[in-house]
Amino acid sequence: MTAITVIDEPENPLRRAPLVEGTNDFTSVTNIVARVVENKTPKGWYLMFGAAIALLLNLGAMIGYLIFTGIGVWGNNSPVGWGWPIVNFVFWIGIGHAGTLISAILFLFRQKWRTSINRASEAMTIFAVMAAGIFPAIHVGRIWVIWWVFPLPNQMALWPNFKSPLLWDVFAVSTYFTVSLLFWFVGLVPDLATFRDRAAKAGRTVAARVYGAFSLGWHGSNRHWIHYEKAYLILAALSTPLVLSVHSIVSFDFAVSIVPGWHTTIFPPYFVAGAIFSGFGMVLTLMIPARQWLGLQELVTLNHLDNIAKILLLTGTMVGYAYGMEFFIAWYSGSEYEKFCFTNRAFGPYWWAYWIMVSCNVISPQFFWFRSLRRNPMFLFVVSIFVNIGMWFERFVITVSSLNRDFLPSSWGYFSPTIIDILTYAGSFGLFFTFFLLFCRFMPIIAISEVKGVMPQANPHHGHDDHGHGHTAAHTH
Amino acid sequence: MTVLFPKWTNKIPVFAALGAACKGLVVIFVVWFWFSPKHIDVGYQPEQPILYSHKLHAGLLGMDCRYCHREVESGPHATVPDADTCMGCHKQVKNDSDRLTLLRDNYGDGSGDNIPIPWIKVHLLPDYAYFSHAVHMNANVGCTSCHGRVDQMEIVRQVEPLSMGWCLECHRAPEAHVRPAGVKPTDMAWTPTEASIAAARERLTRGELNPPTHCSACHR
Repeated sequence: MTAITVIDEPENPLRRAPLVEGTNDFTSVTNIVARVVENKTPKGWYLMFGAAIALLLNLGAMIGYLIFTGIGVWGNNSPVGWGWPIVNFVFWIGIGHAGTLISAILFLFRQKWRTSINRASEAMTIFAVMAAGIFPAIHVGRIWVIWWVFPLPNQMALWPNFKSPLLWDVFAVSTYFTVSLLFWFVGLVPDLATFRDRAAKAGRTVAARVYGAFSLGWHGSNRHWIHYEKAYLILAALSTPLVLSVHSIVSFDFAVSIVPGWHTTIFPPYFVAGAIFSGFGMVLTLMIPARQWLGLQELVTLNHLDNIAKILLLTGTMVGYAYGMEFFIAWYSGSEYEKFCFTNRAFGPYWWAYWIMVSCNVISPQFFWFRSLRRNPMFLFVVSIFVNIGMWFERFVITVSSLNRDFLPSSWGYFSPTIIDILTYAGSFGLFFTFFLLFCRFMPIIAISEVKGVMPQANPHHGHDDHGHGHTAAHTH
Repeated sequence: MTVLFPKWTNKIPVFAALGAACKGLVVIFVVWFWFSPKHIDVGYQPEQPILYSHKLHAGLLGMDCRYCHREVESGPHATVPDADTCMGCHKQVKNDSDRLTLLRDNYGDGSGDNIPIPWIKVHLLPDYAYFSHAVHMNANVGCTSCHGRVDQMEIVRQVEPLSMGWCLECHRAPEAHVRPAGVKPTDMAWTPTEASIAAARERLTRGELNPPTHCSACHR
């Protein structure tokens, strides 16, 4: 028998890097994740949570002021009728795309490195979609008639306009939110049961009851696992098309109109690439401090960050291609309005926003061609902030620079946000971080059961190498 | 493992889900049915500052609506008459009636304090809905189509919901409400005949009659 020798050197490209580092076994992985919740709340958490709550209260105040006063408190005005609210909506909904991509698409492609970041990314998705959903809702102005977007019987003989992409948006986003929430919850059940059992053992009755209520009586029988795996696979299959469809439909809000700069067929794939780019950017922004502060470096390893950086490089370059292609088509179309729109975009009154967008989204990820930079958490964190900024500016550029100089020069204008615009946007971060900090404090931030499944100990052959069945392969773990 | 919950709690999620679904349907039904203008607006009959009887004036005396509501053919509003119009008759007729005290007090000949009579509007359309009486009169839509048999009402009350759905119903199929040439729109007793419906249909086909159903017809 030929012995297969796998050489254990870190630089050997044939060697697959371990997904869990250090000398961890199943118990220690559970301990690492559970101690985040069971340890005394750190002071830093209170500080950050206080700041997040303050911003959230500010959001409530801004929304109240808006509802009682009217849309005029924002900078939206002719010719720029869509200002920051839509920019913020697309910004947040874009961020909400990484979670489901990681949990569904990477799951179906058997990308095992997803396991340690999928839980937090899904949580990020859900909170980002919540932050996103606020903006179109308050943007209708008369929020008390928001139910008009649903096909409900009424005395006005009023029915939603099914030809309008704005209506498709309602259904796309609410479907996405529902499926993401279910997917997240189903994945959480075994881990919540672990937390329940630990809490019960430690005599923390209230915690045991709360975790117990949400773990739906899970006790880890084979039958439970069979159903769980099936449900998880079905939800992954349901979520996969949604990752692509939701942002395509968001892009239709623009592309189905006839405004130069919006009316382009490249929008759906361009928006989806941008959404994944921004989502992974936010994953890095959240996970790099989280792994540091919560002591998760052995589970969220440099290899994970390296992989995310590669996706940023890919999607950032795709977005850059889309920016270039827009200019090519504007020239190739021969339409003077298209040409004017794109010249105006890059060299008009919003040139600064355009070049911020290009430098953050196209240039900054190019550093990730270098392995050493992909594995430098500090550098990754800084670039991820640039990605967040760049992707917000992308939506700003698309929305505002297409509208500010329309067909009629007499109605040209310059959009400026008001203080209410700025505070409302800041408030949406308050909502997002309030939920995310609560999640970090009280929930299993890493999918314990899934991480265990990708450890060498989970392999049925683990520890059976020396049984003398003739398989003398010198495995090293 | 310690038992945290009794067995019956297994049923909570099922009942919660069913309950939420039923509650949703009930709320939709209640709002659709009882919050509609059919329920909250029809039958509105406010007490007016003067005990004026349409039954007497338009019914028994047979006065034409346009004697008092005189802008109805030329403007968006039918207009409520000023005290001058009333006093045109009531200087002679029943000029000492107790019911007319407020009218005499407010009559603009310098003898009263010259404040308009605070009539209460019964048929109230929202500000964002554009409506013109003139257009409807000139298409020969009768008063009764929207206001009912005012000639039989002692005190005017709302008989139709005036909801958007109700407007659209007629704009989509106005045959029964459009009167043929020669029939006054103010004729209270008129009812549609097969001939009048056929004639209205003919006008619709020829495009003479074209009730709009697009949004900006009313929401301008």
